[in-house]
Amino acid sequence: MTTVRPHRLVGRSILRREDRRLLTGQGQYVADLVFPRMLHAAFVRSPVAHARIRAVDLSRAKTMPGVVIALSGAELMRLLPPVPDTQLSLPEKWRTTVPHKLLNPQQPLLATDKVRHVGEAIAVIVAESRYIAEDATELVSVDFETLPAVVDAEQAVKPGEPIVHEQLRTNVIGEFAIAKGDVEAVLVRAPHKLKRRFYHHRYSGVPMECRGVVGIYDQRTDSVTIWSSTQVVHWLRREASAILDLPEGRVRVAAPDVGGGFGVKGHVYPEDLLIPFLARRLVRPVRWIEDRYEHLMCSTHSRDQTHELEIGFDNEGRILAIRDQIVADCGAWNPIGIGVVYNSAVHLTGPYKVDNLAVSARLVSTNKVPSAPYRGAGRPEATFAMERMIDLVAGALALEAVEVRRRNMILASAMPYAIGLPYRDGEPIIYDSGDFPAGLEKAVAAVGGVEPFRERQRTARAKRRYLGLGIACYTEGTGVGPFEGALVRIEPNGKIHVAGGACAQGQGMETIFAQIAADAWAVKPEDVTISLADTAGISIGFGTMASRSTVTLSAAIHYASDKLRKKVMSIAAQLLQSTVVDLELRDGGVAVVGEPERRVSLAEVARAARPGWDHGRPAGIDPGLEETHYFEPQTVTWTNATHAAIVEVDIETGRVKIEKYAIAHDCGVVVNPMLLEGQIVGGAAQGLGGILLEGYTYDAEGQLLTGSLMDYLLPTASDIPDMELIHLESPSPLNPLGVKGVGEGGAIAPPAAVANAISDALAPFKVEFNQTPITPERIAQATNQF
Amino acid sequence: MSDLVHIKLTVNGTSYEGRAEPRKLLVDFLREDLGLTGTHSGCEHGICGVCTVLFNGEAARSCIMVAVQAEGAEITTVEGLAKDGNFHPLQEAFHREHGLQCGFCTAGMLITALDFLRTNPSPSEEEIREAMSAVICRCTGYRNIVRAVVAAAELMRAKP
Amino acid sequence: MLAGGQSLIPMMNFRIATPSAIIDLNRVPDLDYIRHEIDIVRIGAMTRQRKIEFSGVIANTLPLLRDAVKLVGHLPTRSRGTIGGSLAHADPAAELPMALQVLEGEVVARGPAGERVIKAGEFFRSLLATALTSEEILIEVRFPVMPSNAGYAVEEFSRRHGDFAICAVATVLVREGERCVKARLASCGTGPVPLRLKAAESVLEQKGLGDAAIAEAAEAAALEVEPMHDQNGSAEFRRHLTRVLTGRALLRASAGKVS
Repeated sequence: MTTVRPHRLVGRSILRREDRRLLTGQGQYVADLVFPRMLHAAFVRSPVAHARIRAVDLSRAKTMPGVVIALSGAELMRLLPPVPDTQLSLPEKWRTTVPHKLLNPQQPLLATDKVRHVGEAIAVIVAESRYIAEDATELVSVDFETLPAVVDAEQAVKPGEPIVHEQLRTNVIGEFAIAKGDVEAVLVRAPHKLKRRFYHHRYSGVPMECRGVVGIYDQRTDSVTIWSSTQVVHWLRREASAILDLPEGRVRVAAPDVGGGFGVKGHVYPEDLLIPFLARRLVRPVRWIEDRYEHLMCSTHSRDQTHELEIGFDNEGRILAIRDQIVADCGAWNPIGIGVVYNSAVHLTGPYKVDNLAVSARLVSTNKVPSAPYRGAGRPEATFAMERMIDLVAGALALEAVEVRRRNMILASAMPYAIGLPYRDGEPIIYDSGDFPAGLEKAVAAVGGVEPFRERQRTARAKRRYLGLGIACYTEGTGVGPFEGALVRIEPNGKIHVAGGACAQGQGMETIFAQIAADAWAVKPEDVTISLADTAGISIGFGTMASRSTVTLSAAIHYASDKLRKKVMSIAAQLLQSTVVDLELRDGGVAVVGEPERRVSLAEVARAARPGWDHGRPAGIDPGLEETHYFEPQTVTWTNATHAAIVEVDIETGRVKIEKYAIAHDCGVVVNPMLLEGQIVGGAAQGLGGILLEGYTYDAEGQLLTGSLMDYLLPTASDIPDMELIHLESPSPLNPLGVKGVGEGGAIAPPAAVANAISDALAPFKVEFNQTPITPERIAQATNQF
Repeated sequence: MSDLVHIKLTVNGTSYEGRAEPRKLLVDFLREDLGLTGTHSGCEHGICGVCTVLFNGEAARSCIMVAVQAEGAEITTVEGLAKDGNFHPLQEAFHREHGLQCGFCTAGMLITALDFLRTNPSPSEEEIREAMSAVICRCTGYRNIVRAVVAAAELMRAKP
Repeated sequence: MLAGGQSLIPMMNFRIATPSAIIDLNRVPDLDYIRHEIDIVRIGAMTRQRKIEFSGVIANTLPLLRDAVKLVGHLPTRSRGTIGGSLAHADPAAELPMALQVLEGEVVARGPAGERVIKAGEFFRSLLATALTSEEILIEVRFPVMPSNAGYAVEEFSRRHGDFAICAVATVLVREGERCVKARLASCGTGPVPLRLKAAESVLEQKGLGDAAIAEAAEAAALEVEPMHDQNGSAEFRRHLTRVLTGRALLRASAGKVS
């Protein structure tokens, strides 16, 4: 049995089907959803970082005209069971392999005894309009007993510091250590050693659409529908079902169009559960739309890690041993467990051969907004430390940094390459494919090569102009499990319906999965319907994060289609009075090989497949044309990239101009090159924003200083250069299409590449930039301008 | 709550009437009272630009205007760009160049680009970057947005 | 008072400003005009920044004002923002107040007691506070026409295009041969109010426009300012930027027109 694919769609830059509605203002985001008698919620949020709540007085708020309900945390506790442990956990295989400690201070839906970060929700008010609800929040008075705040993670671990979660008796809520080889012995003997502290600051996704939830209660069926701007509809349904004490079958969760997620919308928030609870209690739809002011103080932050990195190397710059001690500031709560910091640990050595490695990490509570994954999820922090260190090694030996990379890279001929440590799925890390040195060469060539650049740099320096070249390389585990689900159905009209557990936030999933399904079924993409982000579409799903959906959903679609195709062929064989081996899928139907006019359409096959009288199924074939498959990947599949940046630094003002930026990227088989480039450039722009502009800052009292977009600086079109993209393709051996994940990669390398470029430009000043962000003032200061 | 003020305005060529509190934002009035949800609210402090509409022919941020200011005004929103189901050249260009991903900033980008190109029909790429820096996008990294505006400018010059 | 609304309404949205009533100046007629009258230009207080940006009259008579207005936010904010609104709000990092200082403009205020003219040097009192009483509004801004042979420049440092200035310096220079017969310098982002940098001006008028004089003027400017410290920059950095941007502005302006 073959599938004729004269016009294979995978690999082509098909234009997006999402565009028509999004370009004409017909998209539907959660703030656009309107239901009859809908009410609006607003939250009273803590203005202080750390305090006991002595009393919450809602009396004046409750009596404001238009207010329907006002609830504090204490009152809510009487109405709802406590939230169960919703923290994302790693599989048993990891838990039993990696020595660790992990505590979960489970966040309540509203603060009860204490507030633990500025922005934490204390009370909720529901009213006829958002304007009224916000007016009412101003009438709420809260009696706080202020406590000293802990805002520095390295301080927070010391005895005598304020404890964020007193019942845990510590601010160290997570710890682990991994090791291979013998770092201690090798470091001692190493001909050269360097030790540095690297700090990667706090910033996050800041999508253009803030969060939002609509809860709707249907009295007739005692069921709840939740619309949320989320990346994880099935996870939310599970938690909502528990909180509302409803079976999952009576809870539907769906995401409409989502205006960006980047990981920030990748877990279940208190509002996701509180809003549907209120809707059911009030028997009226309730909508909450987060505004930007709230977003910056309660949607999860990220990054914020310190690495104490020590490296031993030989005279040729070959790495002998690395020791890294990580402190990660996870803020006041930890919905996402230990995965991000663990990512940092196992992605640290990236494309390099390092036989002796020891990484220990601590996850620390502070009085800041909780931390959760943001595009890269621990990898940018590790890549920053490693790639800065590579440049320092090169400097110590008067070698080119590119050369040190070459000397340490794992070669393509060594694939598959076992790293000797487990991934967070518990499986041993094996780099399955990829040519790291080739990527390095191409990126460097794309910016004009090292020697020509050095020539330009010398000439410029003589005129007191400072040009710099910076490189950063990384590897990334993508397509992680545990699974993703796909349901494939042939409709009565012969069209293909695909439902999947993935949740889109702008990537173009409807388009790429239609390409994949269309290829699988030899139909036009317009004849494929894609349903995502809806528990009513498929009952078991995982969601989108961790660069996993292309890999896992494409495989699930493939295998579900495989199963279904067997059935289709059996039925078609009967209809065509032929045998399965002589048939092929062709142009929306099944035809006899070599006799294309002897065919039946998929619609005819669907009709024949029906249960009941006068069906057309052969004996032994069950009715219906629908198959579901859950793809459980063996483990992650590995992508890699090199970013190369040439910058010019104006030392007097500290301004950095990126003259050239090139990315050599390998994400396996590419489904849609145009969309792929969009993901890489978009991620890289966020990475550049992170190193040069963005940042959440707190003062010593835990006050969030970056409370608006005037303070949290997002990069604009004037800040992001054009980029040259070079593609390498090493198909993945771990899934049927050979694809790898691409959502996060772009954001991993830019901070390191730019920091290396700036350090290179300012080498005459003997300055190192080992902390992010790199602001103009820091540059002007480092070059002794003032 | 203050007394409601009566507002009469034209949006995308259609006459509308409504009543709003003086403090109700124009973006909220367009979205809630007129049901034109194509214009989005991204920050409510006039920085991100996603709420941009044409106000009497000029791009303006609707989150920092109150609806009552629109009395007698002519407004164009993203819903008014396509004609008889056919894309405006800007929409066509954004589609072809993949100038949008999540779509949340797109209305702001289209309207801002439209106003800009009317003031500068043959802009350089640098001028386009500078003009489009008025609207923030978190998805695209701007490369394709710039390409889209370049392409749109050409289409619009060919068919003014 | 609602003019452009680009400052007032964000403050209302943050619930920092909670006015019980708003007076909408946009409906007040006859406050939107640009009139060139021999040697002065009169601009109605409600004239949109955008109109100033594209005005041929301004391009001919006050080219520095055009350069300054192009740095104010983005085109869509200039569609609504007004010159009067910007001056009355008097943000210490705003470009138009600096332009008023360097061009030695004046404003006309009208109140129940009548109208009065206030010179630039007396208008900006302290942080976000002008000489306007709570019963006055600005109705007009006036500038002497720039000399046709003037060199001019605005140098701004901000984190992103369109942002408020972390530090900006504006200059107008008139030279006769080697001499600088008139030097005007002003800065913003360098203290609670936009400043005339008079010590720097003296250096130039006494010592000319050579490299040494420019460096000395830049140093004098750096010493004159009283920069504030905030998230966007320390006082020392701003003082340093004042020196750098003064030097750059003077270099550019002195390469401009000569008599």
